Amino acid sequence: MLELKNLSFGVEGNDIIRDLTLTVPDGRFVVITGPNGGGKSTLAKLIAGIEKPLSGQIILNGTDITDYSITERAKSGIAFAFQQPVRFKGLNVFDLLRIAAGKKLSVSEACQYLSEVGLCAKDYIDREVNASLSGGELKRIEIATVLARNASVCVFDEPEAGIDLWSFRNLTRIFENMRKNEEGRTIIIISHQERILNIADEIVVLADGKVKEQGPKDEIYPKLAGSELAEEPCGRLA
Amino acid sequence: MVQMDEIQRRLIREVADLHKVPEGAYNFRANGELAGRQSTKNIEITGKEDKSGIDIRIKDGTKNESVHIPVVLSESGHKETVYNDFYVGEDCDVLIVAGCGIDNCGSQDSEHDGIHRFFIGKNSKVKYVEKHYGSGDGSGKRILNPVTEVYMEENSAMEMEMVQIKGVDSTKRETLAELKAGARMVVQERLMTHGVQEAYSIYDVRLNGDGSSADVVSRSVARDKSYQKLDLCVLGNAVCSGHTECDSIIMDEGRILAVPSLEANNVDAMLVHEAAIGKIAGEQLNKLMTLGLTEQEAEEQIINGFLK
Repeated sequence: MLELKNLSFGVEGNDIIRDLTLTVPDGRFVVITGPNGGGKSTLAKLIAGIEKPLSGQIILNGTDITDYSITERAKSGIAFAFQQPVRFKGLNVFDLLRIAAGKKLSVSEACQYLSEVGLCAKDYIDREVNASLSGGELKRIEIATVLARNASVCVFDEPEAGIDLWSFRNLTRIFENMRKNEEGRTIIIISHQERILNIADEIVVLADGKVKEQGPKDEIYPKLAGSELAEEPCGRLA
Repeated sequence: MVQMDEIQRRLIREVADLHKVPEGAYNFRANGELAGRQSTKNIEITGKEDKSGIDIRIKDGTKNESVHIPVVLSESGHKETVYNDFYVGEDCDVLIVAGCGIDNCGSQDSEHDGIHRFFIGKNSKVKYVEKHYGSGDGSGKRILNPVTEVYMEENSAMEMEMVQIKGVDSTKRETLAELKAGARMVVQERLMTHGVQEAYSIYDVRLNGDGSSADVVSRSVARDKSYQKLDLCVLGNAVCSGHTECDSIIMDEGRILAVPSLEANNVDAMLVHEAAIGKIAGEQLNKLMTLGLTEQEAEEQIINGFLK
């Protein structure tokens, strides 16, 4: 169980997260939506440890991890997919997957993670994670690194942002598979996409750094449908 | 016969990836003396008469053969200048592995200055790998000042991998190349300096023949209080294409001066240069830390990858 208790965060006097409290039980699929600037990405970074709260607590399975570094949080089972994947000169896809898995990885294991995101290991395993890859490819590799982590809490920051046609159609399938393969796994996704909202157990609406609404999908989704908080994909992509 | 002690064997492993006597032609030099030499049917190695060094003559049409010429220095205070000339015939395809390892546990400076000249025949393809490595905790400096000259005949190709990652206190690397029509040169330099080391790397690549091309790329890391000057110049004197790039990471109090430069003396010369210097991006560290690495491990991975 992941508990966020009275979290606050701000930069140079601007409050971004205000006294936010949120509990996510194990195995839950939660989608966090809300207007731009509402604090969604910041919240994801607070969970991953990339930002540190000014006050409040983060508790994972009963342990207070508020003061844990990024590394310690990763080791306690939190995985994080960046909204903007990071590029590395010299590191190739295989290196990144190997680091993510935290062990020696066989090509066939790497292939498993890559094929899950629709990439052929043969073509990609030796590719450098640099500007020679398209935004969509980087995004898929980013998701593959989270799959390789085999973490108990997976946080995705706008996984649909900047992806191509294939990825979009298959994104929801990836998340559904993640759940199927590991029942106790908690998935937290920051997203505006109605397709992703639609497969959630629970939807959280974040606005002005606070939880505005939280509840089962069937309860919250109808209120959001058609608004900017639950965008439909372009008709041609559907 | 190759007779070497443990330190020398370790140096050989570092600079030439050799665990045993290689197949093909070789020449081992240890503390200024010949430690082993073998010529083959197509590759002849002979000592120079007038000065220190060797001549390596590769016959026309020699394919898929290799030459290893590692040098090790393990005596503190040893200084030498060595002249090695490579005469590569026509239509060859060969691998040449050179490199120098210095272990200096004493208080006197040790220095190896290798002057390598390559004469590459028409249509020949050469891959040249040069690694420099230093070790030992004495106060004596480990100094390497290699000079490499490459003269390329028509339609020849030269791929150079120049690596100096560890332990060399002071280095001035000069590489000069002249390319005739259709010749192609690719240089990948990897440099890392630490402590108070200083490294100067100078390239002067002249594209003299139509259809010649050069791609000179240097990736370097300056740590601690080290200093690097990278001066990569490509001159286009014909219908040619050239690219030069310096890409560097600075850490701690490291300093780098990158001077990629171009000179076009022909209206059809197409030349491009690039340079970038910066510290390791915070988001790169963050990403690897979210994968479970510590900050230090993340830094190592990033640098290893960058210099790979």
